[in-house]
Amino acid sequence: MTERRSHRFFDDAAWAVVAAACDRLIPPGDGHPGGRALGCADYIDGLLGAFGDDPPRIWAGGPFSGRAGGEAAFERFSTLSPLEELAWRTRIEGSRGRAEREWAGPVRGWQEVYLEGIAALGDDFCACGPEEQDRRLDAVPELRDLLYAHACEGAYGAPEYGGNRDGAGWAAIGFPGDVQPRGWTDAEVRGDA
Amino acid sequence: MPDHDCDVVVIGSGPGGAAAAHALTEAGRTVIVLEKGRNHLLAAEPPFAPLGRFSNDEIKFTRRYFLGPDPLLEPRTFRRDAADGEHLEIGEVNTVPSTVGGGGVHADGKLPRFRETDFRLRSELGAVDGAHLVDWPVGYDELEPFYTEAERLIGVAGDAAANPYASWRSGPFPMPPGPDMYVATLVTAAARRLGYHPYPAPTGANSVPYDGRPACNNCGFCAWYGCPIEAKGDPVVPLRRMLASGRGALRAQAHVTEVLIAPDGRSVRGVRYLDVDRQPHTVTARAVVLAAGAFETPRLLLRWGLGNPDIVGRFLMVHTQTLVLGFFRHRLHTHRGRSVTHLMDDPIVGDAASAAAAAEADLPALRGGVVEVGGAGGPVMEALALPPGPAHVEGMMRSHLRDRLAVLTMQGEDLPQATNRVDLDPRVRDVHGFPAGRVTYRPHRHELVTAEHWAPRLEAVLRKAGATGTFWVSSPPVPGHPNDRPGMRAPSSRHVMGTARMGRDPDGSVFDPWQRMWGLENLVCCDSSVFPTASGYGPTLTLVALAIRAARALASSL
Ligand SMILES: Cc1cc2nc3c(=O)[nH]c(=O)nc-3n(C[C@H](O)[C@H](O)[C@H](O)COP(=O)(O)OP(=O)(O)OC[C@H]3O[C@@H](n4cnc5c(N)ncnc54)[C@H](O)[C@@H]3O)c2cc1C
Ligand code: SF4
Repeated sequence: MTERRSHRFFDDAAWAVVAAACDRLIPPGDGHPGGRALGCADYIDGLLGAFGDDPPRIWAGGPFSGRAGGEAAFERFSTLSPLEELAWRTRIEGSRGRAEREWAGPVRGWQEVYLEGIAALGDDFCACGPEEQDRRLDAVPELRDLLYAHACEGAYGAPEYGGNRDGAGWAAIGFPGDVQPRGWTDAEVRGDA
Repeated sequence: MPDHDCDVVVIGSGPGGAAAAHALTEAGRTVIVLEKGRNHLLAAEPPFAPLGRFSNDEIKFTRRYFLGPDPLLEPRTFRRDAADGEHLEIGEVNTVPSTVGGGGVHADGKLPRFRETDFRLRSELGAVDGAHLVDWPVGYDELEPFYTEAERLIGVAGDAAANPYASWRSGPFPMPPGPDMYVATLVTAAARRLGYHPYPAPTGANSVPYDGRPACNNCGFCAWYGCPIEAKGDPVVPLRRMLASGRGALRAQAHVTEVLIAPDGRSVRGVRYLDVDRQPHTVTARAVVLAAGAFETPRLLLRWGLGNPDIVGRFLMVHTQTLVLGFFRHRLHTHRGRSVTHLMDDPIVGDAASAAAAAEADLPALRGGVVEVGGAGGPVMEALALPPGPAHVEGMMRSHLRDRLAVLTMQGEDLPQATNRVDLDPRVRDVHGFPAGRVTYRPHRHELVTAEHWAPRLEAVLRKAGATGTFWVSSPPVPGHPNDRPGMRAPSSRHVMGTARMGRDPDGSVFDPWQRMWGLENLVCCDSSVFPTASGYGPTLTLVALAIRAARALASSL
């Protein structure tokens, strides 16, 4: 079992359903750890609960992560302007009938999509066989599509966002990740090194 | 007490606004630049150091709108024509960042010049049915010194002898080209064997330390990303110099909402803007430079009811991008190096086959566009292009959509059509309650014929380079092609031009040859809205050269 590291939005049962679903969308095998082991559920938990932290976990800091030299600064998340906060709260929490969030009409938030979708997958989702899990995921396309986009971000985005544990997503696919401030030498660029 | 806050207020801090602000302060004028986006680019105090917020972070830059505009706050809409109804799509349409530095921050800065013929398209081609070709009111020879100045200011690396089709130039590039990407060495060798003429892309990224900034270290997170080490010069250099002059100020999160018109209606006197707390402010000035980008500029003019109403917003051009994909057996590590290191002008110049294809289609020529030699994006983008399930894992491990993929992108010149335009969406509003900008766009037959002509030839280049399979799509799609489906119909290009064209005739243009608005001479446009035609090259170096020229003329008139 992949242990849970992010405790921001989901309860344990919901987190377990999300982790299991991520493993169907990005299944383990052939040297790929799969969505659950990569911590995609933690990535999503961190995104849906982004405003539990200050500054919110929307934009990692810069300029370097420390993986290729320099000080590790990705972990210091950036601040949002009032308008940016309005946008991200609306996107994550939904407009919930509040006039200041409905300049373009009502917005269904990601939290709602997840919670309703998880409910539709059923309490017994984790105990189901893979084919049944796939069938249930296909029956909630709104959740499945959002979850897949987020799982892809979680699997191959910077580890500071909660997924891609220890860079295992990058390692599996042969991607070096962020490389500043080291960069690549001219010979590495040309391919003769 | 002067009766104004500054000589010139500049709306927008992208490459155009930054170049204009720099030229104005250099000429001794005082300037306030208003930018609606945030400042992640440089500190407000000397020495105006980088803020250290740019990073090799695919989530932040490609998935979470770090550079803005957030499409929820500032939606745009798209339709092909009125038959599509009010709009087909809402969200991002040709969107370029809204941040201090505008689109210059995250562009990977291929900065070629236009060619002489690009400035006289009507004379070259004659009339074309359904298009509205015109010659520019300024020619290459007149613009050449400004191109030279722009290249030195920004710091463009290139090889003056490498492109046989380039127009004349008065001197060398300020820097030699940076290293060739591996994929480009394969593709350019194949292209040469087939008789084409690839050359190192003139690029606004330092190949050697330049002007106090370091050489690019080829990190690979270039297009769509701010540069973490400040190896890209545009537009940080002009903005920093403008600030260092002591005559320029920069206000971020300053969203211009109104322009102030003098009582006699013959000049502008300043602008009003909303600050970060949405409080209104006024800045008075002797002149206003409008450099909001070729999408926002017509949107503002339409809201304000300014400029020749028959022309404002029309003749939108965005380049028809033909994307030619080649799948290789071995890994190409396209994540090492700037996003594109080579270009090829052959489709612009044309050959016997393209002339024959044009004749057959009853067109005077196929204008083509510059071909960029590059690779794919990052792994998140790759993953999103794959279906979920086992195919995802197989695709990611093999990486045929990233590490084994070469991409040729032809930036096909699109002919100006009056029906292609930016106007105000009748229903969708932005967060401030202003009507969203709406794009109505359908490619001319010329662009579709051009894409269909060149795509197979570019596929042949990739096969010659070793690709085992090839595939092409265009954006906007050729009707009936696999990507001609909902969600893919809006042109994806970020080269936006022509929406408030300049010209010699006030009846046929919005701005005069010095980019002053007809009838409102102290309102000067310094972005690619003024382009009468699009050429097949990225617009940025040309819009910067024009901005310097226009700003210098403005400075001497004040
Ligand atoms: C990934 C990418 C790669 C690119 N690569 C290239 C390339 O290789 N070569 C090339 O030539 N071009 C390239 N481009 C295009 C290039 O970014 C644009 O041509 C360029 O940025 C246009 O400059 P501009 O100053 O006219 O407008 P912009 O860069 O759009 O700047 C306009 C600024 O005005 C601000 N603004 C708008 N409205 C208001 C308002 N009401 N109040 C205050 N401020 C306002 C905006 O926020 C924005 O910051 C690329 C673009 C992208 C997205
Ligand atoms: S490739 Fe070079 S110019 Fe581009 S972001 Fe990296 S270091 Fe900067």
